[in-house]
Amino acid sequence: MKHATIVNNQTIPVSEIPEISYDEFFELNAGFITESVETHCVNYFGYPAGEMTKLICCIADDLHHVIYVSSCRVNPTGDLPSLSVNLFCFEKFEREIHENFGIGFTGHPWLKPLRYAHNRKDKTQTIANYPFYTIQGEELHEVGVGPIHAGVIEPGHFRFICNGEQILHLEIQLGYQHRGIESLLLSRSKLSEQVQIAESIAGDSVAGHTLAFSSVWESLCGFNATEDIHFSRTLALELERIAVHTGDLGAACADVAYQLGSAVFGRLRTPIINFLQEWCGNRLGKGLIRPGNNTFPFTPDLSKRLTEVLHVFEYQFIEMNDELFSMPSALSRFERTGSVSLENMVSIGTVGMAARSSGLKRDIRSSHPHSLYGTLQHEPIVKRHGDVYSRLQLRKQEVPQSITYIRELMTSVPEYHPEPVPMGPLAPGSFAISLVEGWRGEICHCAVTGNDGKLLIYKVKDPSFHNWMALAMAVRNNEISDFPICNKSFNLSYCGHDL
Amino acid sequence: MLGHIKILYHEGKQFIPDVTKAQVPGVFKGRPVISTAKVNEQELVDLCPLNAISAGPVTLDMGKCSFCGECARQFPQKIEFTTDYKIATNSRESLIIREGENQPVGINPLLVRKEIHDLFRNSLKLRQVSAGGDNSCEWELNAANNVQFDMGRFGIDFVASPRHADGVVITGPITENMAEPLQICYDATPDPKIIVLVGTDAISGGMFAGSPAIDRSFLDKYHIDLYIPGNPAHPLTVINGLLDLTRKTK
Ligand code: SF4
Repeated sequence: MKHATIVNNQTIPVSEIPEISYDEFFELNAGFITESVETHCVNYFGYPAGEMTKLICCIADDLHHVIYVSSCRVNPTGDLPSLSVNLFCFEKFEREIHENFGIGFTGHPWLKPLRYAHNRKDKTQTIANYPFYTIQGEELHEVGVGPIHAGVIEPGHFRFICNGEQILHLEIQLGYQHRGIESLLLSRSKLSEQVQIAESIAGDSVAGHTLAFSSVWESLCGFNATEDIHFSRTLALELERIAVHTGDLGAACADVAYQLGSAVFGRLRTPIINFLQEWCGNRLGKGLIRPGNNTFPFTPDLSKRLTEVLHVFEYQFIEMNDELFSMPSALSRFERTGSVSLENMVSIGTVGMAARSSGLKRDIRSSHPHSLYGTLQHEPIVKRHGDVYSRLQLRKQEVPQSITYIRELMTSVPEYHPEPVPMGPLAPGSFAISLVEGWRGEICHCAVTGNDGKLLIYKVKDPSFHNWMALAMAVRNNEISDFPICNKSFNLSYCGHDL
Repeated sequence: MLGHIKILYHEGKQFIPDVTKAQVPGVFKGRPVISTAKVNEQELVDLCPLNAISAGPVTLDMGKCSFCGECARQFPQKIEFTTDYKIATNSRESLIIREGENQPVGINPLLVRKEIHDLFRNSLKLRQVSAGGDNSCEWELNAANNVQFDMGRFGIDFVASPRHADGVVITGPITENMAEPLQICYDATPDPKIIVLVGTDAISGGMFAGSPAIDRSFLDKYHIDLYIPGNPAHPLTVINGLLDLTRKTK
């Protein structure tokens, strides 16, 4: 065997991941990706192992519900053949490894810095002199936007090459939000502090990232979460999905100057996040999910309250959607705008709702079910056109689906376990992986512990890591004035990418 | 058209009539109150993941606190979070809550620069800069402008360009990579201008304090006009803070 085969949230000794030569590693993982669209790379990273760098690649097989983990040890001063030459889904991962360790990847289409991490190998590279792709031509001009944007949003730089009003090419430069999350998770010693850092990876995906972190931690400690813990987490994740999808529909309305839609969807998010506050004291659900612990019991009162909230919400949500999606002036802005083909989505390794909007069925809730998704028998909603319209339609349909799941979950609320079971220490010399389907898509956290039981590396991958490229593809040949609506239809995370 | 009228009818009036008196639903972690009960202070200090608590006398620094509620859960007889969301202030010192005290936190009018009242009383345009913010404070700042909280009715808005702004609102711990863009943005804002820090990350670095990837030197150079704590700050905290700063006169 050249790889280990594990399931979601499983821990294995690092020694059980076969260490093969880079050539074999290359062939094996390239083979997995080319074999089927059901296999995709969920994480690929390096960490120092003495003088050498150890590379670990995790490929999820959605059909067989397993993850293939392989590893190799390479010399960081050398150059390696690049997987990205033919398989663009490795493009970002190789750039990250290059940035952190200095390993060259020959044939890589553009081995540029990824996020200007504080611990990057080459400190002479600074964010102010990013090497943008350029095209020379009399008719062409460049448009630079950011890092600070017009709205109240996070920073990132967009560089467009346009022919008149038409976008030929967009390059997205990120890294402004880099806070050093991964190294802080290693250097902080209290779990209560680490979990708060995980909670802040992306403030719009609090449930998603905290769940992934808690799952990795519990898996490494050999802790089996009780039913009530799983219940709270599943519920929080679906509430987060409803809240953000609703807000995104409002943002899309704002971008096509549809005032009523923007106002109604904007305020419809409030009862959902206010419910989170009633439950745990924070509108974004911070503090709700903790490893090995159910801090906020879901009481019968809360259950009654949520039933009422959803009842009113659902009616108003549907009413507003019916209006929006029957308005020719809005539809003409959504339809055939920002399309990405299925072929391109597969090639760049897109995940989550962006992938599903282009006909690519990627949803961890059904392919690698965690928490209570096994019992919910989730069937992903899939759209075909891959345009702004599809991505909005997907949200419109996923929200009622989440409401159905929440109602189903609330029919049997598990008994609350007030006393947290103490968790043991982290298993030494081990590797753990957790995949979670956040509202944006697949979140992947991986951890490796040393022989002393301390974390050697903690690796976070937000779905935005894959999906920013999809946005760059989406805007090609569109009018630059349609960029905001394309961008909003993806709503990707800057801080989740930059870490 | 008929559909629109129906929706308007169903929506009814959504705005909060008086944002200075609104109640927040359910559990809310607002201004903490520390009792004089005797507890093992060292344990209390050690438990806080963000080093926001100090002993002898027990104090809690809201500028460092992430409002995770852990201290109140483990020491309910000592620390309690009230639903008082008016916790914005213009003095860093006022963010520190002392044991045995139960005083509202607010603006000290004596510390407010004169031009703030003179110029920004009826209109305040702000440029927001997220410098490593995790999009939670940004989300709440946007919410402050939605139809419910409707901060715009007071003449307070976020604007697209620093050239049109009367001040800069900073979220996030200020990453090294955002230090220069923040400075450029601040320099581009015409005088007189204010600086507002929103969220624990911006006020003290929060859980990122000491991270090698952040650079907070910008804050050493200028006077901070308003601290709005929270993780994230609640829209009502934001609105009341800005109103009190610009409208409360001596
Ligand atoms: S609520 Fe604040 S003071 Fe209390 S433990 Fe959490 S961070 Fe520390």
